[in-house]
Amino acid sequence: MSEAQVRTFNINFGPEHPSAHGVLRLVLELDGEIVDRVDPHIGLLHRGTEKLIEAKTYLQAVPYFDRLDYVAPMNQEHAYALAVEKLLGIEVPKRGQLIRVLYSEMGRLLSHVLNVTTWAMDCGALTPPLWGFEEREKLMIFYERASGSRMHAAYFRPGGVHQDLPEALVRDIGDFCDPYLKRLDDLDRLVTGNRIFKQRNVDIGVVTLEEAWRWAYSGVMVRSCGAPWDLRRSQPYECYSELDFDIPTGSHGDCYDRYLVRMEEMRQSIRIMKQCVARLLGTERSGPVSYTDNKIVPPKRGEMKRSMEALIHHFKLYTEGYHVPAGEVYAAVEAPKGEFGVYLVSDGTNKPYRCKIRAPGFAHLQSMDFLCRGHMLADVSAVLGSIDIVFGEVDR
Amino acid sequence: MDETLNELGDYIAATKGEAILGHSIAYGELTVIVAREAIVDVVAWLMDDPKGGFVNIVDVCGVDYPERENRFDVVYHLTSPKRNLRIRLKVETDEVTPVPSITPILPGAGWFEREAYDLYGILFVGHPDLRRILTDYGFDGHPLRKDFPLTGYVEVRYDDEQKRVVYEPVRLTQEFRDFDFLSPWEGTDYVMPGDEKAKESAPPATKPS
Repeated sequence: MSEAQVRTFNINFGPEHPSAHGVLRLVLELDGEIVDRVDPHIGLLHRGTEKLIEAKTYLQAVPYFDRLDYVAPMNQEHAYALAVEKLLGIEVPKRGQLIRVLYSEMGRLLSHVLNVTTWAMDCGALTPPLWGFEEREKLMIFYERASGSRMHAAYFRPGGVHQDLPEALVRDIGDFCDPYLKRLDDLDRLVTGNRIFKQRNVDIGVVTLEEAWRWAYSGVMVRSCGAPWDLRRSQPYECYSELDFDIPTGSHGDCYDRYLVRMEEMRQSIRIMKQCVARLLGTERSGPVSYTDNKIVPPKRGEMKRSMEALIHHFKLYTEGYHVPAGEVYAAVEAPKGEFGVYLVSDGTNKPYRCKIRAPGFAHLQSMDFLCRGHMLADVSAVLGSIDIVFGEVDR
Repeated sequence: MDETLNELGDYIAATKGEAILGHSIAYGELTVIVAREAIVDVVAWLMDDPKGGFVNIVDVCGVDYPERENRFDVVYHLTSPKRNLRIRLKVETDEVTPVPSITPILPGAGWFEREAYDLYGILFVGHPDLRRILTDYGFDGHPLRKDFPLTGYVEVRYDDEQKRVVYEPVRLTQEFRDFDFLSPWEGTDYVMPGDEKAKESAPPATKPS
């Protein structure tokens, strides 16, 4: 018998595929079941965020950031708020900083619990997402109680946060922490030692640290390769330098290590949240939550009923907005998915001249070809799960 | 922090000579302006130099200044994990002059350069795969240029008769609202909308009493 005919297959993975985590179209070239080439086609969710921001005032740009990584909305606003504050040269009061840190860590939980559980689902497990989404629901209710909205919060604004937290809410967040740790232990028992999950993820998509840097990786993708690189620690912003937490790292740089790092990071986030809650109920029980100069932060409604000055400020800030001194800054935060940065160019007017959004998912997704080449077709979905992408931020 | 950056900036300018057109520190960030042809050389050197170690490419993006002769800035952000420093490199170019691509030495720049090409039309020479990335298949124009309208030129809808998605010129039912917050209330050197009538007709004579 003659040799078997060798024929390569081209298949489309997506744009609608349950493990594409959104609208990703991967064009796969397969040799049998081995992946020869991966060509990700993105942009199906492109909304022109950067162009729109150039036509809006600095305050009006905030809600666009919720719609980037809609799994952890406030972390995105945080980077933008930091960039504007850097240009304006203002500092957020301590209570405001603690609230920001508290909600950023909640965003990290939201993102990691979604990623870990749906990734387990991509590998064949159905129970983890059901358990994880129950916890996400509780976290989103905390979002709603702070900002009035479950997802698109627009809560971190340049200068601070929009409103103060009631004490009952802070207490409820404190009460949420320990049961959540128990739920994490349950997930741990279910997934971490699971034979199928390990077979699908151990030694899949291995990256060395040097490759990781060159491929523009950040966040968990770098930490799983062994570098304890976390912007919260290495280039601290807000009051992270006063808080106590550990940075988990992996050693193999494979998918399974990324899973382990995310699981441990959630425990560390809970640790940070507990410290924030303790301080919000203790030493920082009261005080301003945003910059107190009404030239930047609009006055509260109660004040407007009594003060003409407050009324004028309110009107001017919600129509014209504030003018930001000319210059350019880059501000980055450690978002759940990696380094989320905003490069802001101001020309001295009330609108940003240029606002480049540096999304971690965009940088990670480009290495799909590098990560998947030579792997099996089934590994593509495991790798895709491990790099943790959300199309809101990849496509912008 | 600023001293370290200052030192680094001076060191780069001293070592790389004419490849560096200038450097400055603002808001605690170091910006180095690099000659266009030398960008690959400078980035490679920054990666390997013991005082640099900028191996992590963070971002590459374009900025458009239409009034300038070289209208585009290409802005590179690099991080040195070893020294825990950030640096910003800038290169000037125009619509037709290509910039050497740094993708062969830093593969992570690949999509960022594709994005700058897609949104600004900045050309990169030596890029392995310079295609559009974010815009639609068959899209025309470069949307982030300042002379590209916010609404774009075409809109899409599903046509039930032709059973396919059709492209049509943008039709706005309402003019896009753009308020002028920058001009002063008085003393403008141009005619404010609505004021032209007042100027045309001669000032009314004093009221007959």
